[in-house]
Amino acid sequence: MNRIAPALTGTRRTIVFGAVLTVLAIAGTFGLDPYRNFQLATIVAYFCAVAGLTLLVGLTGQLSLGHAALMAVGGYAYALTANLATDWGLDGVPRFLLGMLGALVVSTVHGLLLGLAGARLQGPYLAGVTLAIAIALPAVTAQFSGVLGGDQGLQIAYEGVPEIFSRLIVVEQWHAWVSILIAGVVVTALAAVRRSALGLKMRAVRDDETAARLSGVPAARVKVIAFTLSSVAAGAGGAALCFVTQSISPGAYTLAFSLLLVVAAVVGGLGSIGGAALGAALIVLLPWLVGTVTDAFEMSADLEQRLSGNLGLLVFGGLLIVVMLARPGGLASIGLRRGRGRTAPPRSPSPFGPAASAAAPTDSPADEADTDRTGVKEVAVHVPTERER
Amino acid sequence: MTTRTATGAEVSITGLTVGYGGEPVLHGINLDMKPGEIVAVLGANGAGKSTLLRTLAGLVRPTAGTIDLFRSDITGLRTEDRARRGLALVPDGQSVVAELSVDENLRLGALWRHRGPARARAIGRVYELFEPLDRRRSSAGHQLSGGERQMLAIGRALVAEPTLLAVDEPSLGLAPRVVADLMAVLRDASARTGLTILLAEQNVTSALSIADRGVVLSLGRIVADAPAETLSNDAALRHAYLGF
Amino acid sequence: MDHLLFLLATGLARGAIFALFALSLVLIWRAARIINFAQGAMALVATYVAFAVTGLSGSYWVGLTAGILAGAVIGFGVERGLMRFTKDSHPLAGIIVAIGLVMVLQALLGIFFGQQHRPMQTPFSDSPLLWGDTPLLSPYDLFVLVVALGVMGVMALLFNRTSLGLQLRASAFAPEVSRVLGVRVSRMVTIGWMLSAAVAALAAMLLVPTELGLNPHSTDVLFIYAFTVAVVGGLDSPVGALIGGLVVGVAMTLVTGYIGATVAPIGVLVLLLLVLLVRPGGIFSMREARSA
Repeated sequence: MNRIAPALTGTRRTIVFGAVLTVLAIAGTFGLDPYRNFQLATIVAYFCAVAGLTLLVGLTGQLSLGHAALMAVGGYAYALTANLATDWGLDGVPRFLLGMLGALVVSTVHGLLLGLAGARLQGPYLAGVTLAIAIALPAVTAQFSGVLGGDQGLQIAYEGVPEIFSRLIVVEQWHAWVSILIAGVVVTALAAVRRSALGLKMRAVRDDETAARLSGVPAARVKVIAFTLSSVAAGAGGAALCFVTQSISPGAYTLAFSLLLVVAAVVGGLGSIGGAALGAALIVLLPWLVGTVTDAFEMSADLEQRLSGNLGLLVFGGLLIVVMLARPGGLASIGLRRGRGRTAPPRSPSPFGPAASAAAPTDSPADEADTDRTGVKEVAVHVPTERER
Repeated sequence: MTTRTATGAEVSITGLTVGYGGEPVLHGINLDMKPGEIVAVLGANGAGKSTLLRTLAGLVRPTAGTIDLFRSDITGLRTEDRARRGLALVPDGQSVVAELSVDENLRLGALWRHRGPARARAIGRVYELFEPLDRRRSSAGHQLSGGERQMLAIGRALVAEPTLLAVDEPSLGLAPRVVADLMAVLRDASARTGLTILLAEQNVTSALSIADRGVVLSLGRIVADAPAETLSNDAALRHAYLGF
Repeated sequence: MDHLLFLLATGLARGAIFALFALSLVLIWRAARIINFAQGAMALVATYVAFAVTGLSGSYWVGLTAGILAGAVIGFGVERGLMRFTKDSHPLAGIIVAIGLVMVLQALLGIFFGQQHRPMQTPFSDSPLLWGDTPLLSPYDLFVLVVALGVMGVMALLFNRTSLGLQLRASAFAPEVSRVLGVRVSRMVTIGWMLSAAVAALAAMLLVPTELGLNPHSTDVLFIYAFTVAVVGGLDSPVGALIGGLVVGVAMTLVTGYIGATVAPIGVLVLLLLVLLVRPGGIFSMREARSA
């Protein structure tokens, strides 16, 4: 990327490339039919959540098994605020913005609370807490069915194409645009954080919490902030999904979905934003592909029912195990290997030890669509193994 | 301590090279030990003393070289199998299992060697050897003083009646009187049972007081290998490598 | 009042199962420093084995024995085939591989047995005995209590009174020193997994008949409850698992009985969050906090 815009550095460069990619993605929607645009909108909403998750895991070494539930929190907050706005007589962009604001505020508070309970501790506590959240979600929506609508969930008012675009695009494309815009803002912000001093602190805490503390990094606070950011990204993804599907219900945010998000983050490559994009696409497209393949075979209705869903789950589970054991860097590290011949000189060791520099930050959100080779190289999320440390 | 007359091990280390990825920590170490010999490994911090002992015990894999015990090659054996061949390591840092009691630590040491009443007798002999431990049988490892912990670590190694005892910095952080007592125990054990001892120490005087021979390690190489007396009296060598 | 007594008694029986399952988590934690997120799915596979064997042999007891053995075999396979290799990989590899295993096992169960709930038989009646006019424990609940407490007692004896137990504890606390002393640590880790998985299988087999029945997700909630119990009790503490299990069991039965079944998972979540916020080391743990 240095070759393209040498003058841009740091956060500004991250923002510019985020904006460029967002515009490119929006332009890309013109090449897709309405159903594909709907799929794209879904992928991009998932991408938001997976990007948040992958940064949490890759940068702080904390795992969340309930990111789907965190998406649901954002989605419910969006739906409630948007419906309130409808009651106030708002619609269109103001209603959308108010809804997003609601989603972000609620996700922040919720993430902060969970983070305080689980994220400041070491080890698998956050994983357990978030797993409990994922399991408790249906109970919560049933218990507060007056507000949250129980199993049925909530519906929001139809969001049509705004007047100025109405001759140009159909509603699915409009929804894809909105989803892309949300993801563009959220992921660019995450990429900026990753490059910032805060991102460095997160990696320091991951590599050696005690050493980081001795260097003056407030480890507990850094971990809580990281989890809150991740929770907000997931909430924004949930809000985007709610906007696209115009509804939200607990059945769409099950534990299985949470685990799928983990699959996306791991298979893409922990800590890699480009990998998160690949992973998000994978978890949307692979079940669809598996369904298409199984449809091609003649089989009994019983067998078909047993295979449906389970076959995809089997593939994902196997993928998770194989990637984790054979190539913990995920897809992103394969890209890295290919481009290594032309990589920039090795990074100087970070003050926090070799592992911190081994997981070099992505230069920009540019890899989200990943047309730029340099971007792939700098994804460089080779997760250090114990041996290397 | 002895009811059986154990024969000390004959040890032969040849061309031992160890690296943790970068520059080797040990370069082609050659070291032979006769049965019943006490050899002191001397040298400054970082000279490679601990690495030599840990490689001997199989906790570190050498990149080259062989280790023979009783003329049979043990370089490929795992740590636990080396222990069962009679090689006992007392790691540095008074390494008792802090969560287990004194008695449990000793039982753990005796497990593979003794069964039934013989185990209790072997443990009883350690209590005779180290009086203070006898009074603290049911105390947890973390409740002991530094000296008691080191006694326990050494006692736990001796209870298995090894033929080769490798002791890593037993004097570290202990009062001179305690060190002297420990050294006496090691010397007596060797005298009575013919136990071969490899003793890594920074405390040169203490180590040489009981050693037959001393080797000096510097930056991973043996720079001197001589009888203990010669080393004690060689002012130039002492000054260059041992700092006194 | 009668209702309260009944709930307390049932809660103790439920709690004993949670305690047993939590103990299995503690066993693995102590042996390998891993929280095994696949413990529920592994126990469930063993329960399906028990279900199938009971179906074939017609005997609950043969099925129960087969299930426990299957649990041990699964524990062996998972440790030797998967978990052993996570040590040299990413720090989160243990958890993530376990999650992958959950997905694989649940998918396979779904493919081979379908998603429907299969009722499991109990060896004793599950209608409550009367004490005077007051309904109390059912014979099955009594059986559960006796078995769960008995197994925990046996485990305590095994760990504290035998040479194997001494080696298991030493390997968990100080693997390197143990190896130097001739203890076959990697074998001890495998044995720890086998014991743990067998205990978890037993807990699952005791629980499933009291719930809706056998289904590929039957143990999801059990795992969360047991995780909460282990956190409440302290992950290093078998005694904490016992007390925590009984407390959580009684609390959840009371919540279910007086407020409603849907609230129970929320109650567990609140309890988990409260303990982690207020007393991160666990209520029964000596240590101050789990953050380094």
